[in-house]
Amino acid sequence: MEAAAIQLKNLTKTFGSVVANDKVSLEIRHGEILALLGENGSGKTTLMNMLSGIYYPDGGEIFVNGKEVIIDSPRDAFDLGIGMIHQHFKLVDVLTAAENMVLGIKEKGRLNTKVIGEKMREICEQYGFNVDPDKKIYDMSVSEKQTVEIVKMLYRGAETLILDEPTAVLTPQETEKLFAVLRNMKKDGKAIVIITHKLNEVMELSDRVAVLRKGIHVGDLVTAETNPQELTNLMVGHSVTLNIERTLCEKPVKKLEVRCLCCTNDDGVKVLDNINFDAFGGEVLGIAGISGCGQKELLEGIAGLQKVTGSIIFYPEDGKQPEELNGKSPMEIIKRGVSLSFVPEDRLGMGLIGNMDLADNMMLRSYNKGKSPFADRKTPAELAEKVVEELEVVTPGIDVPVRNLSGGNVQKILVGREIASEPSVLMSAYAVRGLDINTSYTIYNLMNEQKNRGAAVIYVGEDLDVLVELCDRILVLCDGKVSGILDGRNTTKEEVGLLMTSLGGEKEVSA
Amino acid sequence: MDTLLNFIVAAVLAATPLLFGALGEIITEKSGNLNLGVEGMMFMGGVAGLAGTYYYEKAVGEPNAVVSMIIGVVCAFLCAMFGAFIYSFLTITLRANQNVTGLALTTFGTGFGNFFGEIMGNAAGGYVSVGTVIKAAFDEGIPVLKDIPVIGKLLFDYNFMVYLALGLTIILAYFLSKTKTGLNLRAVGESPATADAAGINVTLYKYLATCIGGGISGLGGLYIVMNSANGTGGVWVHNSISGYGWLAVAIVIFATWSPVKALICSLVIGSLSVIPYYYQIPFIHSAIYEIFPYIATVAVLIIMIFRKKKSNLPPASLGLAYFREER
Amino acid sequence: MTYENVKKEPLIRVAKRPELSSKKAMLIRFSSVLVALMIGGILILALGYNPVSVYAGIVEGSLMTPTALKATAKIAVPLLGAALAIAPAFKMKFWNCGAEGQITIGAIASTYFALYQVDNLPTPIFFAVTFVVSAIFGGLWGLIPAFFKARWGTNETLFTLMLNYIAIGFVKYLRIGPWMDKGQMFPKIPMFSKSARLPDVLGVHIGWIIVLVLVIFIYVYMTRTKHGYEIAVVGESISTARYSGMNVSKIIMRTMFLSGAIAGIVGWMLVLGTNYTLSDTTANGYGFTAIVVAWLAKLNPFVMVLISVFLAVLQKGSNTIQTNFGIPASASEVLTGLILLCMLGSEFFINYRFVFRKKTVGGDD
Repeated sequence: MEAAAIQLKNLTKTFGSVVANDKVSLEIRHGEILALLGENGSGKTTLMNMLSGIYYPDGGEIFVNGKEVIIDSPRDAFDLGIGMIHQHFKLVDVLTAAENMVLGIKEKGRLNTKVIGEKMREICEQYGFNVDPDKKIYDMSVSEKQTVEIVKMLYRGAETLILDEPTAVLTPQETEKLFAVLRNMKKDGKAIVIITHKLNEVMELSDRVAVLRKGIHVGDLVTAETNPQELTNLMVGHSVTLNIERTLCEKPVKKLEVRCLCCTNDDGVKVLDNINFDAFGGEVLGIAGISGCGQKELLEGIAGLQKVTGSIIFYPEDGKQPEELNGKSPMEIIKRGVSLSFVPEDRLGMGLIGNMDLADNMMLRSYNKGKSPFADRKTPAELAEKVVEELEVVTPGIDVPVRNLSGGNVQKILVGREIASEPSVLMSAYAVRGLDINTSYTIYNLMNEQKNRGAAVIYVGEDLDVLVELCDRILVLCDGKVSGILDGRNTTKEEVGLLMTSLGGEKEVSA
Repeated sequence: MDTLLNFIVAAVLAATPLLFGALGEIITEKSGNLNLGVEGMMFMGGVAGLAGTYYYEKAVGEPNAVVSMIIGVVCAFLCAMFGAFIYSFLTITLRANQNVTGLALTTFGTGFGNFFGEIMGNAAGGYVSVGTVIKAAFDEGIPVLKDIPVIGKLLFDYNFMVYLALGLTIILAYFLSKTKTGLNLRAVGESPATADAAGINVTLYKYLATCIGGGISGLGGLYIVMNSANGTGGVWVHNSISGYGWLAVAIVIFATWSPVKALICSLVIGSLSVIPYYYQIPFIHSAIYEIFPYIATVAVLIIMIFRKKKSNLPPASLGLAYFREER
Repeated sequence: MTYENVKKEPLIRVAKRPELSSKKAMLIRFSSVLVALMIGGILILALGYNPVSVYAGIVEGSLMTPTALKATAKIAVPLLGAALAIAPAFKMKFWNCGAEGQITIGAIASTYFALYQVDNLPTPIFFAVTFVVSAIFGGLWGLIPAFFKARWGTNETLFTLMLNYIAIGFVKYLRIGPWMDKGQMFPKIPMFSKSARLPDVLGVHIGWIIVLVLVIFIYVYMTRTKHGYEIAVVGESISTARYSGMNVSKIIMRTMFLSGAIAGIVGWMLVLGTNYTLSDTTANGYGFTAIVVAWLAKLNPFVMVLISVFLAVLQKGSNTIQTNFGIPASASEVLTGLILLCMLGSEFFINYRFVFRKKTVGGDD
């Protein structure tokens, strides 16, 4: 029997006290597409990064074509014919596609882009790509960049291709195209690994599935012999029926009225185009959409952090006059009880300061209260204690820098702080990014509590299953436009998914 | 006409040390290292070049012009490179803050230059000075050709370091845009993670670029110490190099990291610094002239705000340390 | 297919270290200073002197006689003042390298009053007015780069540096231009009259008391006030600061005004307390050395007191060894640079640790 393209034996990797991979053994074979399935944070990417030379394993062995190897750098990985396409493309923006091809190739001398372009065209024809060698990367769309990445790996003679969540940023059409190309490469005898947490992709594309859960390899199945339910069970450990308590909103009170909101970014692209919606106290308004189609700008626009045109009318507690928020400073908007917590990809960037301790991070919201020039440090410290206790944050104490906590605990603090300020509009984006199921549920419950308290909750999420279960209404964004507002109780994730990808007829369902 | 000719010649002479400093810093910054220690490395280069030629003269008695040129350049280059190596070790291997390390290198290099300059002076009983042959080696133009009327003075009457700077400009421009190694270097400065993933030895590139860049910057110091038209003429003068290093760093920004544009910018700043000696400007006190280059620098810093094109931006990872496993 | 991959796991790998206790961290920093002094000692030895007696000479020449002590204090006071000025800006990660210029501008403002207004004002008023005016002018000089940084993100390091040279160039103009002392051969600005000189307390001009008050002020300002908190947040993450509703531009400008104002006050005490006149070298490099002080002290005002005294000892002592041993006074700069470089390197050992090779593959064992 032919040796496996790559064989992993008992690979282990730890980051500080976190075990990212625990004795993972796995085989990757030629002429086969392997899906590496797992939730966010289950260690899929870490595992593959050890193959591509980004991380070095703490223990275990790697065999390529039956021989034990040491992969100490990406260069070693290349030499072994392993190419990885990362979620954040490893391309140099200011260079052209052709220039990116030859980066790091051990050839000295003159740069001849013509020769490179010719070779690229050959590869493109063989597998069915379409790339302009002389186009600069910064002028390319996401899907074009991904294509360049794949061509680059082939250009360098990769025999094993690893793709990290390749469809996360693609439209359905682009996804289809990518899958076709991957199948072509499989026929050509290449070994392909695709990292994903999307079951439909696994079923559609792969020959074999390896499932990781919390860094442990829990299952290795032939795709044709399994089904989504079995895979889900393996992935999450126990059979989950998403069962988020969703109370009916009794008397929705209008809190926010957004009209004709438009936003143009620095490059002159219209990222928000005539957005209209209302948000009510006592309901959760979900916002769905493929990443980067205006969610961030919308929330930041409401919070006063992004320049927008149009009107955002805020309705304060009963009796007081409605107010226009557009044009007010972020501080004034915060003081009115409109709060935003945004969890960016690095989890810390906005909202928390990694080098400050818990108490000081709590202060971010409250430090400016009162007239005294001195900052009140006692209240935030008490609040920190309270959040730690109530949300079961695992930390040695409140005087520990936030960056030393694990992702889930960091997010609990972020959300806990926003909630503690008892906002009348709570906007939360990607609050469960990278969290395990249990912690996610804690956070969903927190948002539900706020809803029941009468706050208007606006929740931007990635997981459609959750949106459909959690939200009273779902606003779907597509390319900066509202492609529909759906009733959360009477919709399916298929319907949401459809609206996310196409601009079908406007669909309005009254709340 | 004569004034104009003299003015142009003086401007070129004044521009050369700045150009050396800027060229070195361009190479350094292309690798993503913001080395603010240019001034310190110029001091180190200057004092080492002077020491090399001075002790060579002392050893042989009758120095040869060409040999002294080579000794001066090599000593200056190596010593400044040593400064850049300290910087590289701290920022690349030990991941220290680039800004502060650069400033520390300036403090250290300035002290280093002054200290050894004065030590040599003490040993020589007063001040250190090289003889006429070496002075001429760093001052005189190309024999025969320089005697052609007008053209000779305009093109051939510069000391060898002017032509060295010019040659370096062309080589660097070619290297950065037309060779694979140059391409790799740009990738390292733009996105070390990408370069690393592409199999480029990021650490090696950063070290080499920073050290070679530092060496080139150091030649600017040598020029100031050895040249008599625009420097001290083979004598160590306390703090004589002060200010040049910072102007060089500024030029790198105006030149948008392009060697050819650095040449032009150096000429502009150089001519600003010599203009008062050739042309009287009404209503402005002569003492104010001295701050022209600095005012121009501030002005350009402000102008730069309004021309942000993708191709004009600094290397994207400039000033950031790279650690592959950082999470 | 064959692969020639028989290399070993690298001998040493670097890994992030779990939090080190602050005691251990201080110990590492302290030892780095010792290492720097040792390197300096080797250098001294190489030049043919006895390092022990040279270091002893430095201590003796700066601390052992009342006159030397006063002279050392006169260096330490403005140095500490300038470091305090820089601290808030550095905390904000605004690399203010312009204290030199801000000191100079403050000094120019005071000099105008000392030359032309001193007779028109009662002494206490004169000192109060010059103090305020120097602070304002220093602050405005610091505000210029802050404005451009806050609005358009210009490079503040270069901007502040260029402003140094402009400020000093302006003093040159005043010296050979409008403020020249007509009775002198060499163009210089006249000495101030006795009534424009700061009184001494315990043999050193009163500036030292002001600087010590500033130590407390900066400490409280940075650690206890809302402003201090804002500065810390902006320094850590501008996007988080914006998300918390802070007006980042305003904070940058306000902080740089404060930074420049304190530097201006240092200029005030330098002309009225130390030099009794204005010259190109009034700021005397304090603005640059202060960067070192602030960084070595990790921006802690109380530690700055120690470090500025330490560096003042080096500086004053170096003058002594110049006379006694013939070692140039620039030795203090070299030593200061060495200490700073070693300290910078030592941070690595606080944040990271080494992991040594555990196994080999394929190669010769």
